Amino acid sequence: MTPSIPMPTSGGRTKFLIGGLLIIGAIIYLVITTMRSTQQFFYTVQEMQAKGSSVIGKNLRVSGAVLGDTIQFDDKTLTVSFMMANISGKLEDVNAQALHLAALDTTSARVKVVYIGPKPDLLKHEAQAIVTGQLGEDGVFYADELLLKCPTRYEEQGSLQAQGN
Amino acid sequence: MIANLGYFALVLALLCTLYAAGLGVLSVSQRRPDWLESAHHAALLVWPLVTLSSLCLITLLVTDQYQISYVANATSRSMPLYLKVTAWWGGQAGSLLFWSWLMSTFAFVAMLRNWEHDRDLMPYVIAVTMITIAFFVGLVVFIENPFTRLWQLPTGDTVAAMMQPAGTLPFTPADGRGLNPLLRHLGMIIHPPMLYLGFVSFVIPYAFAMAALLTHRTDAAWLRATRRWTLVGWLFLSLGLLLGGRWAYDVLGWGGYWGWDPVENAAFMPWLTGTAFLHSVMIQEKRGMLKKWNIVLIILTYALVIFGTFLTRSGVLSSVHAFAQSAIGPAFFIFIGLTFIGSLALLFREWDHLRSDNQLDGLLSRESAFLLNNLLFMGIAISVFWGTVFPMISELVTNEKISVGPPFYNRVTGPQFAALVLLMGVAPLLAWRKASARQLGRLLLWPFLLTVVVVIALLAFGIYNWGALLGFGITALVTFTTLMEFGRGALARMRVNHEDPFTALTTLIARNRRRYGGYIIHLGVVLMAIGVIGSNFFQQETQGHLRPGEQLTLGRYVMTYDGLTEFTHTDGRDVARAVVSVYRDGVAVGQLFPRRDFYSETNQPMTIPGVRSSVEDDFYILLVSWEPIGDSGATFKIYLNPLVNWIWAGGLVFILGTLVAAWPDMLEEKRLAPATAYATQKAA
Repeated sequence: MTPSIPMPTSGGRTKFLIGGLLIIGAIIYLVITTMRSTQQFFYTVQEMQAKGSSVIGKNLRVSGAVLGDTIQFDDKTLTVSFMMANISGKLEDVNAQALHLAALDTTSARVKVVYIGPKPDLLKHEAQAIVTGQLGEDGVFYADELLLKCPTRYEEQGSLQAQGN
Repeated sequence: MIANLGYFALVLALLCTLYAAGLGVLSVSQRRPDWLESAHHAALLVWPLVTLSSLCLITLLVTDQYQISYVANATSRSMPLYLKVTAWWGGQAGSLLFWSWLMSTFAFVAMLRNWEHDRDLMPYVIAVTMITIAFFVGLVVFIENPFTRLWQLPTGDTVAAMMQPAGTLPFTPADGRGLNPLLRHLGMIIHPPMLYLGFVSFVIPYAFAMAALLTHRTDAAWLRATRRWTLVGWLFLSLGLLLGGRWAYDVLGWGGYWGWDPVENAAFMPWLTGTAFLHSVMIQEKRGMLKKWNIVLIILTYALVIFGTFLTRSGVLSSVHAFAQSAIGPAFFIFIGLTFIGSLALLFREWDHLRSDNQLDGLLSRESAFLLNNLLFMGIAISVFWGTVFPMISELVTNEKISVGPPFYNRVTGPQFAALVLLMGVAPLLAWRKASARQLGRLLLWPFLLTVVVVIALLAFGIYNWGALLGFGITALVTFTTLMEFGRGALARMRVNHEDPFTALTTLIARNRRRYGGYIIHLGVVLMAIGVIGSNFFQQETQGHLRPGEQLTLGRYVMTYDGLTEFTHTDGRDVARAVVSVYRDGVAVGQLFPRRDFYSETNQPMTIPGVRSSVEDDFYILLVSWEPIGDSGATFKIYLNPLVNWIWAGGLVFILGTLVAAWPDMLEEKRLAPATAYATQKAA
């Protein structure tokens, strides 16, 4: 190193390190706090009800099978409501067969879902509903978002329809 | 026959990649330049072979060869010719072949372009690019083969295989299943090629970086050799992201353009690290610093490129357990792991050689600004990465699926993006090494005063949201400082060379393409930022069930429902099309036709919005449902998206700036020639 280039003082490096660490710390803090307030838990109907009151008010995503004759729609207030039955088995294994069994099983866990918005076309008997929202004190699930899947003959091309914000 | 030819060409291509990679590396240790020649020839042969294979697949697609499983799954007779061609990348196996073809094209061009100049890097450039191609071609050959044909079992079920399984008969379906209707949109047809082009062109700088490490070259030769590749990759990746956003806005029917979906994030993450890389290489070229960091960034970008393809192709997104069901998931996982660890090991081996030529001086300097820029880009990339992989991690660790949605990403990345945009305005004013606060203050005075005027004007217009005011204030400041940079440069030329303002400005840009191209990109970013702030903070929406003649009001707009028609289109979809009259401030501004298409062959609906676009806002109407009998009514969801068109306009400016910066420049090529030419002398 030539004398014309001054050696950096140890203080010179330190201030860069401190500055960098402060920014990294701020970003980590931001990620952690935002994570806490926005994370969503993905449950089946049964899992949600087993958790009881501990999940009331939390952000939840719940998957279940739609029961066709419980669907109600009020086009004045745009209120959709329906009952959703627990689908047994893994979330990723949901197919037409599993949905059919879920709707037949009268002993399975069920939850009432209320959603404000237009009634989606795909909301019909034995469709898989994935609702995002909160479980109320009254045991009714208030959905902000309603996602419906209808398994077709072609597994990989199961249709998707999203509603909500 | 054609299928066998396509498959055979691909197997040959795979053998060529392995031969070229192996012999290329051996040519160095065995000191056999003739082996390198042979490796080079084998590597050049890969592109024609993969091209032949791709042409075979396209021929099968356009001639309706439904006995081929891929053709039957991705096309149908009713599809127009151009869609049959683009079905090449419409399905899993085809898109992997498409990826391989693009990658081999780029490797082919790089091998021809850089063969003379960078001979001593070439053995390893060949090895790295060929191994990458070998991985993708290997996936196509062994796991996701688009050339398998259908066979019928005695039970009636069909299987796909290259060779006839025992006890089966050849099977040819009468028609194919057709391409997913959501993908039959121009934006979606161009979007994957753009993303893939961006992905593969980042492999070239990565290959040169690895070659530099392996040959113990610690100078910036690898950066100079690949600067244009990086810019081209970045351009295509940016275009891909923009087109993806536009497609979502036009076709997905939820009123937005960016949903922080894992697939979107997969393409966004390499863009973030790539952008950090584009900025930090300037410090290495100018000051000989951040050498290790630049290699880290290009390794990360390469890993994220492969990870991005992995995310979209392995099924890991729906669930970590589904990941194991498809064979390509674990293959990707192993490949990313090996290349990532291998690259880092190479970097650590050279760690002590990659010392900086200079030290950081002032906390207030251009160098610090670049460091902060990198820190923020990395911060955003890591935040997005965390949000994307967290559901998989939590499912593996706690067996509970926990996901995060757009609110997480918006809140975490919003402040970081705001800081980045602000930095974009201030950094160009800072001197290298050490800037004085007084000098900076003097330069910022006028832009700052003008910004205060803008903010007061916004307040006068009734905008009281502090987040939006802060955002608009930052974009105003950046606009003023950036324009001032153009003005200062042009004024200096006018004084010194006595040029008229227009000549001064154009010559200024033409002589410093990279710098002013960069500033044009910055202006594009500002326009996009204005659009993002406007549409995020001030979006309004409402919904309602209307009978004919009834109306719905949102902001300054009123829509009246006039009627609805249902018909079957010639290509087989059932269309429900509403007619809606739109009034703005009580004045009729035209009719819109929001519609719902239903593709019965795939049982899939598609909602096409009716949109009235203007500089100020978009009035966006979705037809949600209707009563099929009579004209008793329909339900609409409507959005008012302020300033959303600024995003697309900013995108165009952004692309223009990138083209200015990347366009070949003869003067610059000459100036850089001595820096790379000594490689040839050494080899000779």
